[in-house]
Amino acid sequence: ISNHEVFIYAILPTMAEERRPKQCTVVLPTESMKAMAESIGVGQLQEESCAALSEEVSYRIKEIAQDALKFMHHGKRRKLTTSDIDHALKLKNVEPLYGFQSQEFIPFRFASGGGRELHFYEEKEVDLSDIINTPLPRVPLDVSLKAHWLSIEGVQPAIPENPPPAPKEQQKAESTEPLKVVKPGQEEEGSIQKGQGAISAEAKGKKEGLMRMKPRSTHELSVEQQLYYKEITEACVGSCEAKRAEALQSIATDPGLYQMLPRFSTFISEGVRVNVVQNNLALLIYLMRMVKALMDNPTLYLEKYLHELIPAVVTCIVSKQLCLRPDVDNHWALRDFAARLMAQSCKTFSTTTNNIQSRITKTFTKSWLDEKTQWTTRYGCIAGLSELGPDVIKTLILPRLTVEGARIKAVSEGPVVSNIDKIGADHVQSLLLKHCASVIAKTRPLPDNMEQYRADYGYLGPTLCSHVVKARAQAALQAQQVNRTTLTITQPRPTLTVSQSGIGGSGGSRSPSIIKVPSSLTLMSTRPGTPTQPSPPATKYIVMATSAGASSTQQVLDGSLVITLSSSSGSSVTSTVASATSTLQPLVKLESRGAGGLGGSRPLQKYIVVSLPTSASSSLESKSGMLPPSSSSTSPISLEAGMKMDHTGYVPNGTLLPI
Amino acid sequence: MAAVQDGQLNLEVEKDIKTEITNDGSGNINANSSSPGSTSSGGKSKSPAGSGEDQQTLLAVLQFLKRNKLTESVDILRREAGLSADADDSPVSESAGAGSGGVPSVGADGGDANSLLSRVSIATPVAPPATAPPKVVAASGGEDQPDVNVVLSAYSQQGDPVLYPLYYNGLKKFIESVLDCHRAELSQVFYPLFVHMYLELVYNNHENEAKQFFEKFSGDQECYYEEDLRILSSMSKKEHMKGNETMLDFRTSKFVLRISRDSYQLLKRHLQERQNNQIWNIIQEHLYIDIFDGMPRSKSQIDAMSGSLAGEGKRDANKAKVFYGLLKEPEIEVPLDDEDEEAENEEGKPKKKKPKKDSMGSKSKKQDPNAPQQTRIPLPELKDSDKLDKIMNMKEATKKIRLGPDNLPSICFYSFLNAYQGLTAVDFTDDSSLIAGGFADSTVRVWSVTPKKLRRVKSAADLSNIDKESDDVLERIMDEKTASESKILYGHSGPVYGISFSPDRNYLLSSSEDGTVRLWSLQTFTCLVGYKGHNYPVWDTQFSPYGYYFISGGHDRVARLWATDHYQPLRMFAGHLADITCTLFHPNSNYVATGSADRTIRLWDVLTGNCVRILTGHKGPIHSLAFSPNGKFMASGATDGRVLLWDVGHGLMVGELKGHTDTIYALKFSRDGEILASGSMDNTVKLWDTLKAFDDVELDDFTAATGHIHLPENSQELLLGTYMTKSTPVIHLHFTRRNLLLAAGAYNP
Repeated sequence: ISNHEVFIYAILPTMAEERRPKQCTVVLPTESMKAMAESIGVGQLQEESCAALSEEVSYRIKEIAQDALKFMHHGKRRKLTTSDIDHALKLKNVEPLYGFQSQEFIPFRFASGGGRELHFYEEKEVDLSDIINTPLPRVPLDVSLKAHWLSIEGVQPAIPENPPPAPKEQQKAESTEPLKVVKPGQEEEGSIQKGQGAISAEAKGKKEGLMRMKPRSTHELSVEQQLYYKEITEACVGSCEAKRAEALQSIATDPGLYQMLPRFSTFISEGVRVNVVQNNLALLIYLMRMVKALMDNPTLYLEKYLHELIPAVVTCIVSKQLCLRPDVDNHWALRDFAARLMAQSCKTFSTTTNNIQSRITKTFTKSWLDEKTQWTTRYGCIAGLSELGPDVIKTLILPRLTVEGARIKAVSEGPVVSNIDKIGADHVQSLLLKHCASVIAKTRPLPDNMEQYRADYGYLGPTLCSHVVKARAQAALQAQQVNRTTLTITQPRPTLTVSQSGIGGSGGSRSPSIIKVPSSLTLMSTRPGTPTQPSPPATKYIVMATSAGASSTQQVLDGSLVITLSSSSGSSVTSTVASATSTLQPLVKLESRGAGGLGGSRPLQKYIVVSLPTSASSSLESKSGMLPPSSSSTSPISLEAGMKMDHTGYVPNGTLLPI
Repeated sequence: MAAVQDGQLNLEVEKDIKTEITNDGSGNINANSSSPGSTSSGGKSKSPAGSGEDQQTLLAVLQFLKRNKLTESVDILRREAGLSADADDSPVSESAGAGSGGVPSVGADGGDANSLLSRVSIATPVAPPATAPPKVVAASGGEDQPDVNVVLSAYSQQGDPVLYPLYYNGLKKFIESVLDCHRAELSQVFYPLFVHMYLELVYNNHENEAKQFFEKFSGDQECYYEEDLRILSSMSKKEHMKGNETMLDFRTSKFVLRISRDSYQLLKRHLQERQNNQIWNIIQEHLYIDIFDGMPRSKSQIDAMSGSLAGEGKRDANKAKVFYGLLKEPEIEVPLDDEDEEAENEEGKPKKKKPKKDSMGSKSKKQDPNAPQQTRIPLPELKDSDKLDKIMNMKEATKKIRLGPDNLPSICFYSFLNAYQGLTAVDFTDDSSLIAGGFADSTVRVWSVTPKKLRRVKSAADLSNIDKESDDVLERIMDEKTASESKILYGHSGPVYGISFSPDRNYLLSSSEDGTVRLWSLQTFTCLVGYKGHNYPVWDTQFSPYGYYFISGGHDRVARLWATDHYQPLRMFAGHLADITCTLFHPNSNYVATGSADRTIRLWDVLTGNCVRILTGHKGPIHSLAFSPNGKFMASGATDGRVLLWDVGHGLMVGELKGHTDTIYALKFSRDGEILASGSMDNTVKLWDTLKAFDDVELDDFTAATGHIHLPENSQELLLGTYMTKSTPVIHLHFTRRNLLLAAGAYNP
């Protein structure tokens, strides 16, 4: 019986698409009639009967579809549902089709072959025991009523319940077609202040005089917006991690930010410029997190500001020096993070006109190929390239593995050069291994021969081979989605026993994903003697751990780099100056100068443990190659650490916005 | 008024023309008209339609009416038929007027039947003005639908199918060549001609020719007919025509055109010269040409009014007097007021008196000349609780915000969450304390939006234990245990498409796909009555502003007026040619407006059951209606995304508000009528300045008489604000007594 319905659905799109001249010709093919006749046991159907039947059936189906549309209109929907058709059938005194309910559209499969086209509804075989054994789905939520202000005395408040004041399309239109006069009707829209209303009226007047001028756009911010801007930027670069997380959350979700976008953009680009010169790693990280948050905001049209943002991001990837002590600070994490940001913006913003991706790729390749390039920049280039996806790795990085391997060999096995170079070479090696292994694992045919690898990839060959084997094994295992994670621990006493992942999960209410404690952390916590053990009661630790893959035989912690940052709450931004007190070689502790007794009253301890992929775990997950866009939940950018929000002193999302 | 008299005076001229034509051309119907000029057959070849054939037509019509259960019409028709001897006394329409001419031609006979029938159709416009076909076709015996066959039989006359495109093209060329001022008017003929020529071809089994004809000329038709053309195009066989409702509409109702006398004569002369009988026959039989004197209308004027399934409304259809004024408010406030006032505040008193005078005080002194008599229709007595409510209303009214372009209302939006696209209807009580939603899953849900929870009355056993003398007996009868914010009413067996609270908040009406209208008690939260009668989906229902009466309309094209205590309808309003999509009571409860999928709005007199207004101009099914609080104006919204404003008293379109991009499901005037709010499927609420809209219209006697209004192109100036929701279609709007705008819709992620 469901055949009928299938036909109705099959014919609907045709009816909608057909332009008028062809309307009378839309008829079911006679083959369908034959097929249906056969299905009910009528063997030989005359060709004429088929033709007559198909015409009749087409007509009736159209009739039913027209009636069904009535039900759709009265149901206040845009989508025709199966129940509409049932009702239409009922109207015609035809028994409706039972058991063919579907809220959503019906997924038709399309097949063609031998010049014939066929739409069919795929009916899968279902194992009943599966259905019986699956737990019942959750009961859907009941209908509920929620009230909000759509408009207050003619002005639409910018609250999450309302759409963004200037939809993305409009922002785009404004930036691409500035001559287009603001659409009437939209000018009344709440966000735009009275001033702009006057301007658009003015523009209208101009139009009448056949004068088309670029409408002046307002860059004035209301007092509330200025306050908000000040608060947000201070929080973003300030020392209080909780505030920062909230501020970033606000940037990433607030629908009414577009007017402040130019300021944010300039803030970031200027901030990067200044702080690169001063080698202020922490601030650079904060700024990059702001970029990330801006990109995550679905209501912003960032294209207009890429000319400021992209140089800033690229700087953070390839700059020669990003921190005061390149031998100990983990600027690598920042490079990785920025590289991912770059890849994400390439993916979202690259078009045929701006060619961002190819321009960026060119920049990276050029400086990578340069012999004199330092290891830091080299690392950045490779990171930037490899985040762009497996294809880029395959075409640009794999062919250069041999050369790069030779260079690494020269550093690691050659005469002792500076320690910095050695670390750099190590990082480059692990980076190459990490990214290339997954790509090779996918593309290279199976026998993983150590010698063959050496022949193909030179010095790095054997290590690569073992990585590839590991990657294959893990891919086969389809292990749980582990990897770079964010862990937020909120607990009264600062002990680093690591069953906290559970606590963190429940505590970090807004944390995008708290998945699993990476192994490196577990190891770390077993060593209470490290500086991670906090001594003063009111401090915060941002623990970032990464591991140099080269020393995979070592304890992971040895390769890991921990930055501990302790600061007083509410201290000013610029006071964060890095000072390292490290006992273990790669451990770094950043301590803010302002760390005083101020924070002592706060009993709450927070650990943001940010771990970057160890070579072991990453080889597994980096097969995804590139960041999935806007997937903050799985994104490895754990710098955006979820925090338990303490709402004291911060006005929640959007309420500061006056518009 | 002048124009009407002109029409009468010019009847003589009209007669002459008619006779001329019958003499000249229309006689030879089956004569081969292929060679223009060669036909020279005598004028009177049409066999005079004997009284027997007249009788036959009447019988067919009667049969048709009976089948559609239009008993009232049948009665009227019977009565009229008895009087048919002196049917000539009042020439109702101009074409009928031709009948009084002395020439005993077919035209005269047809005119007789016409005048008779058109009188019927004025009384109850559903009666198909089936013109007596000159030759009654021998309907194939054993048909189960003889009446339909009779109706269709007019198509039996046919010319050479090959020539149809030629005829049409010839006319097209002619119309394109006439003076600009006439072209727009004459172009109106294209669509009905096209439709009827196509149907004629289909009826006579010229399937391929029909298809070709359609393909060739369908592109020329106005875009707003697209919907109908689609239906038409699917009809390619004679068998399809039977039982197709749209098809019947084309046939049973004459397509009404308004053409100025000059243009009409131009057309006639052309057709005579060309001996183009085919077209002339169609014009005569299927078109009703409403001729007026004066300037031909412009294209925009025509476009504003056309678009309905059956052309424009006839001019005389909108001539009946409509008492659009408001009823006098009963003077109950004063004594009760004082009690209340003393208890509360002193300064409230003088304030309260004033607005009363503003709003209705002056009217309550002397009868508004436009208002119907207080007792024109019996209204329910006011109960004490109603009086209390009225007092509340007055109090609130004093706090009402004066709205205007500089003082826009705040909008509070009620989003239905997790409705899964199932919300089909919403209503608020007048005091905005309750909100009800009808859902596609057949349920009706009622929410309290005030802190006061919904409670059920105790069961009968418990009620008997209550001390009936106590002061708080009304409190005591309620069952505290049942208090909740919302209640669900089960009873329907199909999606609930219409919902309406009674003014006293004791009852709720809901209409559903299952063909019933149900009355629910909001005291016990149970179903009290199921009103059956529609049998088909009931699209909308609404309580009278005074309670007791309610109106319902649905797929069966008949609007029914009910009283809550009668299980059968009191009135049936038939005349729409397609589904009735929305219904609305006039604020004075004496009239009822219905909007339909035939793209017309009709206003019905509750007392007489007559249709007193036919308003055309929408290009899509009408889905929302609203009366201004003073009863003088009406607004309507349709799937075409336009809001049209109407002057009820004159039956004129007075404004067009463009801006929405999808169906308008909700319209509401503010409490003082200064602002019109419209809510649409395109997820916006728009506010319009209606004061300005009504001011901008210049109404002189001529336009009032002819209805040819120049619509100012000022939608953009009238638009006061647009408020986007976040993916929530707006399906209901309501102004609270203090002029706060409430909107409702289901969030549709």
